[in-house]
Amino acid sequence: MSNLLLFPIIIPLIIAAALMLFPNKIKMQRLIALLGALLTLISSVFLLFKVYNDGIQVVTLGSWPAPFGISMVSDLFSSLLVVTTSLIVLFVVLYSFPTIGIKREQSFYYPAVLFLMTGVNGAFTTGDIFNLFVFVEVLLMASYTLIVHGGERQQLRESIKYLLVNIISSALFVAAVAFLYSVTGTLNMADLAVKIPQIENTGILTVIAVLFLVVFGFKAAIFPLYFWLPASYHAPPMPILALFGALLTKVGVYAIMRTYTLFFTMNTGFTHELLAIIAILTILAGCVGALAYFDVKKIIIYNIIIAVGVILFGVSQLNEAGVQGSILYLIHDMMIKAALFFLVGIVAVIFGTSNLRKMGGLMKTYPVLGWTYLVAAFGLAGIPPLSGFPGKLLIVQGGFEGPQFWGSIVILATSLIVLLSAVRIFIYAFWGEPVETKPLKKPAYNAMLFPSMILVAVTVFFGVGAELFMPFVSGAAEVLLNPSLYIEAVFKE
Amino acid sequence: MKTNDVMLQTVTKVVTFIILMFAVHIFFAGHYTPGGGFVGGLLTASAIVLLMLAFGIQTVKKIVPVNYVVMTSVGLLLAIATAAASILFDVPFFTHAYDYFDLPLFGETSLHSAMLFDAGVYLVVVGVTMTIIQTIGEDE
Repeated sequence: MSNLLLFPIIIPLIIAAALMLFPNKIKMQRLIALLGALLTLISSVFLLFKVYNDGIQVVTLGSWPAPFGISMVSDLFSSLLVVTTSLIVLFVVLYSFPTIGIKREQSFYYPAVLFLMTGVNGAFTTGDIFNLFVFVEVLLMASYTLIVHGGERQQLRESIKYLLVNIISSALFVAAVAFLYSVTGTLNMADLAVKIPQIENTGILTVIAVLFLVVFGFKAAIFPLYFWLPASYHAPPMPILALFGALLTKVGVYAIMRTYTLFFTMNTGFTHELLAIIAILTILAGCVGALAYFDVKKIIIYNIIIAVGVILFGVSQLNEAGVQGSILYLIHDMMIKAALFFLVGIVAVIFGTSNLRKMGGLMKTYPVLGWTYLVAAFGLAGIPPLSGFPGKLLIVQGGFEGPQFWGSIVILATSLIVLLSAVRIFIYAFWGEPVETKPLKKPAYNAMLFPSMILVAVTVFFGVGAELFMPFVSGAAEVLLNPSLYIEAVFKE
Repeated sequence: MKTNDVMLQTVTKVVTFIILMFAVHIFFAGHYTPGGGFVGGLLTASAIVLLMLAFGIQTVKKIVPVNYVVMTSVGLLLAIATAAASILFDVPFFTHAYDYFDLPLFGETSLHSAMLFDAGVYLVVVGVTMTIIQTIGEDE
């Protein structure tokens, strides 16, 4: 069926529109939202195997021929990310039941989450750069709703900054798309990959490539452009933070990975070296933040920035090991960040604060939570055989094979800082003298712990069974490194 | 304080219908010439806003008792359902169907499935615009 690749986009859209009809029936909202996320996950897994067995899936909307209509392209890379996204949204919906509160559930919380899912899945699937802008706007609209959802004082203040930064970056995005169109005369990504190598004047294209790096860099939170992220992400409640932290920056990372492998390859000596340098600076800046704060949310938020740097460094090397490592690490990072936010969310609820200095001694009262967190923290730092290890290993290998070997050394050294920052939460919150805790009912605690533990278990499986996933990852990297496969798939129709 | 707005109210009673008729015209013109559900929806919303300015929000709520959030949702569902009908026929998403029909009064007319999609857009635009304006208007 040719339309299968659109199912992970259409299902959440229909469910979200339907949920708007009865905002006050909470039981129905929860049930249908869960069902929608589950259906999306099933269809995306189905799609992944279809792409794996039958090659890249393409549908050009409205039956127009390829460079004129909007192409939606699902290769292994994008379908892997769609599966991961659907999985995370499913867990976020589960985690929201005990944590988000009835007031928020009654005011279109689940529709907003599903609209966000529509935007993210669409951005991962589209094969047209203007359509990418449209889907990014869809997910941004939903994220505006979510960041201000509930209307607390801090949320209102931070949402103004968040809105302003994103509106400016969206305006730049349209401008960059217009420049690209005026030079190449097309916006279809496959067509761009055909036309860009034919243009002799690479100077202007390099400028456009850097402009796109700035645009996507705002979304992905790379070095000088991450300034808005820590404060904005700190404001909304934990399930929303987990959703943002796991998915939103990754759309920017995906867009950089896609454009910098598919068509902005005319002047790699400049653009990709710039990307590598910025990636390393991003890692360093993130490390400073992760060590500087005594707030559990902030520590994990700065770890998002570190991970963005690690992933982009792998891509900038443009060799097999680097790109494979980036894909593995990207998927790992989406899941582990959601899991960590879930876990520190439980810790923050138990203590009634996210300040590490006011915590201590949880190991006696909540041992399962403690061990689950420790596994997740080791996974984040990439201790073998957990999920961060294979991705980071390949990225480091790619760096040593590529032109920027010093970057690999920085990544290895900063892994220790990542470990330190994550274990510091463990030491302060779980060891030491017990501190007075807020009473937490057993069923609510279990309802929070259950999705977190399953998600951590999934990441462990992803790390230990990395060999199982390697055929998918190497297939995804193959398409990224050989744009001709992508081009042929789009134009064969 | 009640200002004397007899003039505004009298003009509104006439102009609203002109705007609404024009909205319908623009909506149907939309397939081959400029226009369509988006502009038609904005025009309709502007007619309702004009009524609100002349007669007050409460009066208008009484004469047009519509839940605009539901309207938005129904519009979205209609638009997606029209586009998704292509899945049943196994053609690419958004592919539309059209044919020529001999209708009484209109003569030979071309009917498009895209019109249904546009009707969805129309409902969404009216719903969203009115939700925004009502929310802001009720704040004072």
